[in-house]
Amino acid sequence: MAELFAKLDALPVTLKHLLMGLLPGATPEWLVSVVSAVLTITPILAVFPLMFALTTVIERKGLGRIQNRIGPNRVGIPLTDIRLWGFGQFIADGIKSLIKEDVVPRAADKVVHFLAPIALLIPVLLTYSVLPFGKNMVPLDLPQTGLLFFFAVGASTELSVFMAGWSSRNKYSLLGAMRAIAQMVSYEIPLILSSLTVVMMAGTLSLTSIVEHQAGTHFGFLHNWHLFTPWGFVGFCLFLTAAAAEANRTPFDLPEAESEIIAGYFTEYSGFKFAIFFLAEYLGLFAMCGLGITLFLGGWLPPVNIAPFTWVPSWCWFLGKLSALIVLFIWLRGTLPRLRTDQLMGFAWKFLLPMTLINLVVAALWHMSGGAVHIGIRWVVGFAMLAIPYWLLGRGFEASVGKRVYRFAN
Amino acid sequence: MTLPFAIIAGLTVGSAIAAMSLRNMVHCALSLVLTFAGLAGLYLQLNAEFVGFTQILVYVGAVSILIVFAILLTRSTEPKDEPATVTPWVGISVAVAAFLTMALAVLASPIGKRLAAPASEVSVKTLGQKLMTDYVLPLEVMALLLTAAMLGAVIIAMKDKEGSR
Amino acid sequence: MLGTGILRGMVETAKNFAGSYHDPERLTTVEYPEQRIAPKENARQFPFLVHDTEDPMKGLRCVACQICEKECPPQCIYIVKSKDKRADYKGQMQLYPVTFDIDLSVCMSCQICVEVCPFESIKMDTEFELSNTDRFGGLLVNKHQLAKSNEHYRKIHPTEAAVSDAALAVEVAKAQAKAKADVEAKAKAAAEAKAKAEAAAAAGPVGAVAPAPAPKPSSPAAATAAAPAA
Repeated sequence: MAELFAKLDALPVTLKHLLMGLLPGATPEWLVSVVSAVLTITPILAVFPLMFALTTVIERKGLGRIQNRIGPNRVGIPLTDIRLWGFGQFIADGIKSLIKEDVVPRAADKVVHFLAPIALLIPVLLTYSVLPFGKNMVPLDLPQTGLLFFFAVGASTELSVFMAGWSSRNKYSLLGAMRAIAQMVSYEIPLILSSLTVVMMAGTLSLTSIVEHQAGTHFGFLHNWHLFTPWGFVGFCLFLTAAAAEANRTPFDLPEAESEIIAGYFTEYSGFKFAIFFLAEYLGLFAMCGLGITLFLGGWLPPVNIAPFTWVPSWCWFLGKLSALIVLFIWLRGTLPRLRTDQLMGFAWKFLLPMTLINLVVAALWHMSGGAVHIGIRWVVGFAMLAIPYWLLGRGFEASVGKRVYRFAN
Repeated sequence: MTLPFAIIAGLTVGSAIAAMSLRNMVHCALSLVLTFAGLAGLYLQLNAEFVGFTQILVYVGAVSILIVFAILLTRSTEPKDEPATVTPWVGISVAVAAFLTMALAVLASPIGKRLAAPASEVSVKTLGQKLMTDYVLPLEVMALLLTAAMLGAVIIAMKDKEGSR
Repeated sequence: MLGTGILRGMVETAKNFAGSYHDPERLTTVEYPEQRIAPKENARQFPFLVHDTEDPMKGLRCVACQICEKECPPQCIYIVKSKDKRADYKGQMQLYPVTFDIDLSVCMSCQICVEVCPFESIKMDTEFELSNTDRFGGLLVNKHQLAKSNEHYRKIHPTEAAVSDAALAVEVAKAQAKAKADVEAKAKAAAEAKAKAEAAAAAGPVGAVAPAPAPKPSSPAAATAAAPAA
């Protein structure tokens, strides 16, 4: 039984080896590596855009339910009465965006306007190359610099956002780009600092090694996920907050605040270029979630080290955790209103940044006291060192924001 | 000289030339970003992964944004039609002099005569340990400098309160 | 504490999410083409012309007075008067509209045409599925499409229709009473004239000047009674 599941676990890898074996023996080496690369990239390009497509429908349905509406439930199989609960919607949306007219403003900087969506999508797709999706399933294992690669490539999306906003020659686009860049630059610092705790604990930048570092067990069955430590839990929360800001998700969706600046930096994009921006945004979110899973939620490891859980293939765990995080983000989107720009910046610099720095110190202490001090004491001290600053900083932040006074609603 | 090196070097030099010669300042900045990325590619070619990715993170991710913001906030991005009034010869001679100095220094150094680079794999861990032990003083000096620069920027940007002066 | 509000909000939205699946109070959506709510009695969408008889074109109440055409704020009504006349519901001879068009794309459903119509002939319909695939001809609604029976009006706006019917009944009663009075007056006048003529004949040629002022009191009544008869 377990053997069968192990085979299922290794299915994608086996499949790739099988397909590679079909190549004739005389194939030149460069062609072999090209085929290997294509075979690795294709599933990523198939799975995650499909996930994006399904997410758009699930998000609309979920938000609808949260607002006591039904949400899209019409589009199914064309020419029949089969509706599939509206899950044919994304195909209709895709066809629509493909055949729509591509309008480029006359005043736009045509070359930069054209390059911006490409320059956005490519780095976002590149970030997937270092994520370990399952056991032995990492497209590009960088033992020295995996995490650094992710952040380096992720950071270069800011420039594409600027390119899109500036080249459109539209005040809303430029405003959106300015907001997006200011926000991304500010939230990159807490994002990287909160991930740095994990690097300190695991002692490596390789994402595969970070996952393997979480494989040990607490109390014999609970996996040694970084989430199950004070610094890991706080780090994960900080990471998710910063990731939401990086991916322009509500409550940090100022760059594309519909009620203020139309669609932000991609106001002047239509048709398939718009779809690319949309796709890149969601793929960026998925990549961020994937990184969060790898760093804090044990990557492809099951939550407990007991038989039925260990039978489930590792890539299923990864995708399951990813789906759970996506649902969490949809839930947050249905709950929270948008922040103001000053609140956004204040939150990043006055709350998140100090918290991540304190978290670094706590992680260092946790690391130093390993083995020497009883685990209960470590927990209490670590928890207190994080909870007290959280309470104080939160009070300070709330005081700076102030209680909202309504003219009519009260 | 391998083909990837030729492509990356061509891209780097070409985008650097574009960064100097284009009329529109934002186009220049974007070309400069391409130069940074090309440099990162060269570092990666030399198996210096850490330096290469740091180059992308710092230069493509942050410095380019700084440049672009500086351009947008200080002057109009509209290209001007009139040619540059200053004769380029001063600049060219300075550039040539700088290049010659660097080239002579490189040629005079023993780097070229060494047959093979030391094969030891420099890991990020060793880099960090060196930085925190042997080179801790330069690191701290740099940190101090950056802090001072940041304080200066804050003071310049800080709005004077009403009646404080 | 920071974050408690977020958690409270998330609990609230989770309640909404779960509640929308089992609590019909929360999920008030009506899935329109399959499910419909009966239109409210006061709903109004687009005017129609009321007719009373089986043949819609013969029984149109409209007399082509063009008041609605003049009052219509967006000027979406176009009427061509007839050359001849025909009897209306009161039996009175009236003009009728040869053309009565309303531009659906221009009409703003303001109901002013209904307010100004003195003949109770134009009313608002509750039909709202007015979309059309022909964007030029299809949106210009002619009198054949506009004509709907009074029964229809009674069905969609019962209260209003009762008032309208009562007003019309009063009008008809008045007209009938008037006609009756006219007939009586005519008979009376005829009788008087006859009596006078007989008297004059009896008096001989001396009273030859007298008959001229004699029919004076009855002649206006006779004239009005004669007009519809012509």
